[in-house]
Amino acid sequence: MSAISREEVAHLARLSRLAVTEEELDRFAGQLDVILQSVARVGEVTAEDIPPTSHSVPLTNVYRDDVVQPCLTPDEVLAGAPDQAEGRFRVPRILDEEE
Amino acid sequence: MTTIALPSYDDAIGRYEPVIGLETHVELGTNTKMFCGCPTGFGAEPNTQVCPVCLGLPGSLPVANRAGIEATIRIGLALNCDIASWCRMARKNYFYPDMPKNFQTSQYDEPLCTDGYVDVDVDGETVRVGIERVHLEEDTGKTLHVGGATGRIHGATESLVDYNRAGIPLVEIVTKPVTGTGARAPEVARAYVTELRDIIRSLGVSDVRMEQGSLRCDVNTSLNLPGAEWGTRTETKNVNSLRSVERAVRSEIIRQAALLDGGGSILQETRHFQEDTGDTRSGRSKETATDYRYFPEPDLVPIAPDPEWVARLRAELPEKPSVRYARLREAWGIGELDMQSVVNAGAVELIERTIAAGASPAGARKWWMGELARRANETGTDLADVGATPAQVAELQHLVDTGKLNDKLARAVLEGVVAGEGDPTAVMDARGLGVVSDSGALTAAVDEAIAANPDIAAKIRDGKVAAAGALVGSVMKATRGQADAKAVRELILERLSG
Repeated sequence: MSAISREEVAHLARLSRLAVTEEELDRFAGQLDVILQSVARVGEVTAEDIPPTSHSVPLTNVYRDDVVQPCLTPDEVLAGAPDQAEGRFRVPRILDEEE
Repeated sequence: MTTIALPSYDDAIGRYEPVIGLETHVELGTNTKMFCGCPTGFGAEPNTQVCPVCLGLPGSLPVANRAGIEATIRIGLALNCDIASWCRMARKNYFYPDMPKNFQTSQYDEPLCTDGYVDVDVDGETVRVGIERVHLEEDTGKTLHVGGATGRIHGATESLVDYNRAGIPLVEIVTKPVTGTGARAPEVARAYVTELRDIIRSLGVSDVRMEQGSLRCDVNTSLNLPGAEWGTRTETKNVNSLRSVERAVRSEIIRQAALLDGGGSILQETRHFQEDTGDTRSGRSKETATDYRYFPEPDLVPIAPDPEWVARLRAELPEKPSVRYARLREAWGIGELDMQSVVNAGAVELIERTIAAGASPAGARKWWMGELARRANETGTDLADVGATPAQVAELQHLVDTGKLNDKLARAVLEGVVAGEGDPTAVMDARGLGVVSDSGALTAAVDEAIAANPDIAAKIRDGKVAAAGALVGSVMKATRGQADAKAVRELILERLSG
């Protein structure tokens, strides 16, 4: 049985703002299914006494002091911007959401 | 769209019971952002306070700012919350360009502080507002919508983004549903935000200025028939002042009552408060439920506050603002409204220190709430940054009390102090503003005034002492305001008696 439905792939695509064709939905569903099934195999070896792991290193409380460090220059900042204006990143308007 | 006749507030609240909830965001006043060392100053040129971490560039790794964690714990403690012994940050994934990472680092099911309360005073009665959670997250960048006619997102063709604010620590404080307030719901909402603001200000962790956005408030409101289940709630955003908090709840109660009266139902939606009309307008309702796909932030290790650290922070909490204000109000001999003005002006600390430097409560309050408050308003600066120190204000008042300056001259001296010309005594000497105390010069001026106004002088000689005012004015004019009016008056009466 497949771990992910076509509808779920469509939902994820919508959340990621990716335009996915009908044909791609089928293809991605199949590919994602392989990934999910592989990950699900980890579940086969979990034991009651092992808590879910979110961090692979046994560290807590790693902090830095509240001291200012150098920033990037505006040119460096905007070097990777697809487009810019007035020192700001220029992006297409967002249709679906209101601030 | 048909317009529904709105009931009066009394009418609406007579038939329905309101449930309110408040979600408040406080921008912390740390030197640097929450997960990187970029500065947080307000008003810098766009994108000059950013680095690979807050831009979410590949390979960059965040490290939590200890000061941000500490401030959040202190807020939690001041709100009587439990502090988590272990918790994690979480990624809140969403697609919007105000965060370059495509997620906001926040907290989800493991907030740092939970289950507290705030007692607020409403018309002399204490109302307990439960606190559901206090969690830490990061602020987003600022988007500017351009191309449209109004500057609003509708009709805009593109957005310009400044990430200076992205990553500044933000603390979210969520109340439990507040029930049983009846008609006082709007006042309770306002009193809660006021108390919250004062508590956070007393901790010194944020400047909590609603007009600058360092304190932001969303208001949830629902109505139900007495005894019935809670109704559907709406969330009102864009509530930017204490007064607006009260107005937003009030207008939402009226709007919802009208809908329910007409047999309609309330749509669960985000609404926007309109400052000009005082009512709320529907935001665009989302077609699909939000799906943020939260998961534990793998790049930040868990937070496990040392119990000893938490105990020390608890022991070091300042006096509760409401208790402190009541104490100061009594000591200064002023009413509740006056005290509220002092609090709102951010002058409590300054007046306290001015009194500690030797001024009387009335003298200290007069300068800070008068000349200096006016100046701070005009220049848009904080009272604390207006250019005069408590010690200088105390010295100024001392010069007045000892008769070296009169009120008018003191104002001129204060102007010099604020302009950076030095301490009051130095300004007085440098500008030659001291009261004319040379009795020879003063006597000459008085005699001149008497000679120039024989009619008035005659009246005074006849016992019409009130007429002396005209002569005082004449002498003050002759000495360019640099005489002590009281002394002049005495001198006039003395010269004309007998």
